[in-house]
Amino acid sequence: MKTYINGIGCISTQKTFDTVFLEEAVHNHDENVLKIVAPVYKDYISPAASRRMAKGVKNGIVASAIAMKDAQVEKVDAIITGTGLGCIEDSEKFLTNILDNNEQFLTPTSFIQSTHNTVGAQIALLQQCKGYNFTYVNGAVSFESALLDAKMQIEEGEAQSVLIGGVDENGAYTTALFKLSGRIKPDNQQPYHLLDSTTSGAVYGEGASFFVLENKRKENTYAEVLDIAIVNTLNVNEIADEVKSFLKSNGLEISDIDALVLGFDGNVDFEFYYKNLAEKAFTETPVLYYKHLSGEYDTASAFALWMAAKVLQTQEIPEIIKVNSVTKSSYKTILLYNQLNGKNHSFTLISK
Amino acid sequence: MTKGVAITGMGIISAIGNSVEENYISLIENKVAITRVENITTIHADINKVGEIKKTNDDLISELELPADNNFSRTAMIGTFAAKQAVKNAGITSINEFRTGLISATSVGGMDMTEKHYYDYFTHPELVKYISCHDGGDVADKIAEELGLKGMVTTISTACSSAANSIMLGARLIKTGKLDRVIVGGTDALAKFTINGFKTLMILSDEYNKPFDNNRKGLNLGEAAAYLVLESDEIVEKQNKKVLARVLGYGNANDAFHQTASSENGDGAYLAMKKAFEVAGIKPSQIDYINVHGTATPNNDLSEGRAIKRIYENEDVPDFSSTKPFTGHTLAAAAAIEAVYSVLALQNNVVYPNLNFETQMEEFDLTPQTSLKNKNIEHVLSNSFGFGGNCSTLIFSKSE
Repeated sequence: MKTYINGIGCISTQKTFDTVFLEEAVHNHDENVLKIVAPVYKDYISPAASRRMAKGVKNGIVASAIAMKDAQVEKVDAIITGTGLGCIEDSEKFLTNILDNNEQFLTPTSFIQSTHNTVGAQIALLQQCKGYNFTYVNGAVSFESALLDAKMQIEEGEAQSVLIGGVDENGAYTTALFKLSGRIKPDNQQPYHLLDSTTSGAVYGEGASFFVLENKRKENTYAEVLDIAIVNTLNVNEIADEVKSFLKSNGLEISDIDALVLGFDGNVDFEFYYKNLAEKAFTETPVLYYKHLSGEYDTASAFALWMAAKVLQTQEIPEIIKVNSVTKSSYKTILLYNQLNGKNHSFTLISK
Repeated sequence: MTKGVAITGMGIISAIGNSVEENYISLIENKVAITRVENITTIHADINKVGEIKKTNDDLISELELPADNNFSRTAMIGTFAAKQAVKNAGITSINEFRTGLISATSVGGMDMTEKHYYDYFTHPELVKYISCHDGGDVADKIAEELGLKGMVTTISTACSSAANSIMLGARLIKTGKLDRVIVGGTDALAKFTINGFKTLMILSDEYNKPFDNNRKGLNLGEAAAYLVLESDEIVEKQNKKVLARVLGYGNANDAFHQTASSENGDGAYLAMKKAFEVAGIKPSQIDYINVHGTATPNNDLSEGRAIKRIYENEDVPDFSSTKPFTGHTLAAAAAIEAVYSVLALQNNVVYPNLNFETQMEEFDLTPQTSLKNKNIEHVLSNSFGFGGNCSTLIFSKSE
């Protein structure tokens, strides 16, 4: 049984809903933490319910609603999400209350929302979906774990349709801590560059990208998900061979790849993982990047899948995401590669 | 009937023991370990007892031989402790010899360090290393590194059913041939965060938890880690490996009722058990022992009991017990430690006692097994349910 992407919904730091494909996208050089472009929540969630919901939950609900509408489905058999830090604002809130009030006068709301599977659970609750419901939380491969699981569900015939998504939100205190630890580039070092960066850390972001996967090709199918591989630890000199053997196991070679999407995040300490691959193995391939638009976060690679699906649909690559000037007359097969700090590598292969 | 996926190794650390053997002895000798919390400072220490591992972080660091500048959370420490045991128990010497993965589970990740240092990071540069260990995935990354495992690593977090889901995913990865070998389980250290969280939900007992008792008042929290090694039949045959038991069935469903409460009829639990029987290809009457989720909260035990009654309709419900009076509720690790207990039940042909039970619930005629019982055990069913309506069932069976 094959797996097809039949619907997509993306809430991101760019205008990625009510648009064609990144025509209004902006590469922001002034901020080191990017905020989402918020949708009109009341079109999807009642204001009363919305007030109680965490940001990640709201964005997850809206992105999943857009994806389901796009796929023209009203229900799915399973819901699988990936998130790095879950609803981190609620974790911060509950922890701050514990520490500031000496464990007294606490209310459960933020504790409940801080649970990592809240987004997947809330979507299930809204849709009354009693099927399989998993949430993955393994840093940069959280979303790919959800994608791999969904593909297995469809291959095994356990589900015909699966809603998957990657969702993360920024929390004020956590971003301050990430600046301190060096994960986010320091304040006041504008302009923030990505491809030609000379500094450590990344420009951070947030978002929710959801997909409806089904076992049937439809008129509105964006792509077939061919394969996903997750590898925890790889040396930089092992990447090219890993990619070649991954492609080979799918009956493909480097020359079959019409576009390579890389997770460049402007962190000078680890960009050689991408650079090596782009400059040594994929010299004749259009290379694309996205974290200058989406920001870096654990599930930013879900934004990349959204982008790759759009390339296959529109058969166009917007200038703003091009790393090199190589073009192809048509785009059939796309490879995505992402990693974080030399760990949690993922390879995703999709095809028209 | 399918053959199921082979379990070839187990490792565990919990309040009732630092090894599989110690845990088993505690279970059959009624050695309960619900005590006053020692490793965490909390104003609730006198009221809410917990199942705590009586090793300090310094003890664990020295036993694991971690360098002085390590940034392990307690969750990662106990996880590494149990995972190393499991790998050793499975007789694995070359971890990357086959396509080997690690599927972990946690609910709080490195929260124990975050809550300890939260306001000190900006003034104490030596603590900054702990910022990155908050992440749930950091725990699995660290365990993988300690094991030297380079392949597929991921983490599941579906609250209190997390480890059941990691076992489920691992079994599917073996069945579909995506991996040859996979280490599955979960880990959660006690944290002020969870103690207070459960406190605000008013589901902590101020006594010893009494699952399935009419006068139950709530749960005792606990901390634990456990991992199991699952291997393909090809490896088992090739290396002539001893199979401890098999994962025969599994099912996950969502209650889709409420973020933290279970539905009155236990729809999610019922569906999870039903699916697990379908995968296992056995009938409910073939189960010899049910290790219930049995948290001893009024809501869980009612919902779970109703779901079990629905599965068994007009048949007798098999012997069942909750082992949470021994260990406390160890959240994301619970299903992994109870998987170890299920395998031990199969190996030793025992049903563990459901301690502290006195009065049958008025809603149904379900009485747990209250003393240790010896009898032949072929199949064990283990339930785990979590927030967000997440319901999971595993079925473990003797290996032929």
